[in-house]
Amino acid sequence: MVEIAVENLYFRYPEALNYALRNISLRIGEGESVAILGENGAGKTTLAKNLNGLLKPTEGSVKIDGVDTRNLSVAKIARKIGFVNHNPEHQFFAEKVEDEVKFGLRNFGFSEEEVEKTVQEVLSVFGLDEYRYKNPFQLSGGEKKRLAIASIMAWRPEALIVDEPTIGMDYAQKLNIRKVLRSLVSEGRCVIVITHDVDFAASICRRAIILSRGEVIGDGGLRELLSDEELVEKASLRKPFLLELEEETGITGLEEDFDFISSILAEAFKKCRS
Amino acid sequence: MAAVELRKLSFRYAGSERWALSNIDLVVEDGESVLITGPSGCGKSTLARILTGLIPHSYPGELEGEAYVFGMNVKDTPVSRIATRCGIVFQNPDNQLFTFSVEDDVAFGPENLALPPDEIGRRVDEALRLVGIEHLRYSSPNSLSGGEQQKAAIASILSMRPFLLVFDEPTSMLDPFSSANLIQRIFELKKSLEEAGGKTTVIIVEHRIDLLLKYLSRIIVVSEGRLVLDGDPLTVLEESYRSGIPINIPPILQIYFRVKEKCGLKKPPGTVKELVALLRNGEPKNG
Repeated sequence: MVEIAVENLYFRYPEALNYALRNISLRIGEGESVAILGENGAGKTTLAKNLNGLLKPTEGSVKIDGVDTRNLSVAKIARKIGFVNHNPEHQFFAEKVEDEVKFGLRNFGFSEEEVEKTVQEVLSVFGLDEYRYKNPFQLSGGEKKRLAIASIMAWRPEALIVDEPTIGMDYAQKLNIRKVLRSLVSEGRCVIVITHDVDFAASICRRAIILSRGEVIGDGGLRELLSDEELVEKASLRKPFLLELEEETGITGLEEDFDFISSILAEAFKKCRS
Repeated sequence: MAAVELRKLSFRYAGSERWALSNIDLVVEDGESVLITGPSGCGKSTLARILTGLIPHSYPGELEGEAYVFGMNVKDTPVSRIATRCGIVFQNPDNQLFTFSVEDDVAFGPENLALPPDEIGRRVDEALRLVGIEHLRYSSPNSLSGGEQQKAAIASILSMRPFLLVFDEPTSMLDPFSSANLIQRIFELKKSLEEAGGKTTVIIVEHRIDLLLKYLSRIIVVSEGRLVLDGDPLTVLEESYRSGIPINIPPILQIYFRVKEKCGLKKPPGTVKELVALLRNGEPKNG
């Protein structure tokens, strides 16, 4: 299992005057589900790329299972911590959907038999069976996103960082991705989601790390942090719908299932049933 | 003259057996605010490409039927000419930004219209202000975050002052605050252009509906390449809910559609507070 330890991390892009990340210390461990939230340009993606060694700290350190990312190859980290880019096209290079999925598996030494089985499995989980032999660049926006996640999930990394998984997704696909990420969490894998979709974040993650202008302004239980109106405003976020509904009605434990919620509400406000 | 007129339009990409769009009939009048939505892969972005002439001129494939933008037949009008009337902001800002500074990207369109330098300067100022990125004027597009790039891409289209603005998922990379802000700015822009005497048509292709709802005059739902619903926003959303078309119906409406008959609600609530008040107290007696 994997543990990521960040200590006094400062990061500055080579050509930049200012630090993109400042004074960040945190730990993310086994089985955690973490949402990284914050306004545009807050440093969310930069932080994520520091967590998996794609970027190395300017000052301070990021350690994965006790080893500084400066001493680890990107490939070695990727085996443990998968990263799904927000722009799927940055990730694609193969001419066929299946080759996109096979690439990582072969690089990590899976047998051809395993490769074949896994490709079938993940393409089916992500509803991409019918595109198996298609060019990834010819898929629609939402399909590309699913393929990007599928090709990383294929080798079952211990931790998965997903940058903006819901972009371009319709409702059914969002539920699909949510199901996949939740099942990873329930298997004890660590899932880190970078998103602006607070409802989606709330449906998967227990913990939130909120960034603003390169600094952590909140780190703790997602529900507690997103109930803090001042913090939510400072980070250009909004309160998740279900949290707001729970606060307004006093009913707790709501899940994003509208049939369920509607019947609970109708029941709770009996007056309106007559 | 209609801003957009499609007649029995079908398109399939070269090398694909499936029709991305089939048999679409659609008229969008000048000045409308239209959302095109539908499940991922339904043909929304293809439709947007046709409106700007990128299909058939830049994407090879088979086009049947007719498509007109302000009376110009997209089949035989060069993209550069359509671009003076219709601007598109792509889903992926990387596809739109290519120079070394935001300013140059935003000035590129007006420069190609051969406008005088001071007019170009005015348009760049205006476009940067409208999306709120004056401070990024001299930045390299490569150094911007995803959301900032998206704003720069939008500015590069606004500087052309098109009559028809097509946005392909404009808020997909933006935080909730910036999304709400941008949508508001788009429609403020539309209003101010109209006050200055010119009608502006806005067509937005989006999965996110909640932020847009109050600005829309019409929603069109495309599914598997066909136009399946078209009408006023609330009616279309309710019909999508009843027929199970998987679009992102705002949560409040998801609940409203389910309980409205049982609870005798007549008007959709705008906020969670209103929803709960309606459920608790019923409809107010006199409006």
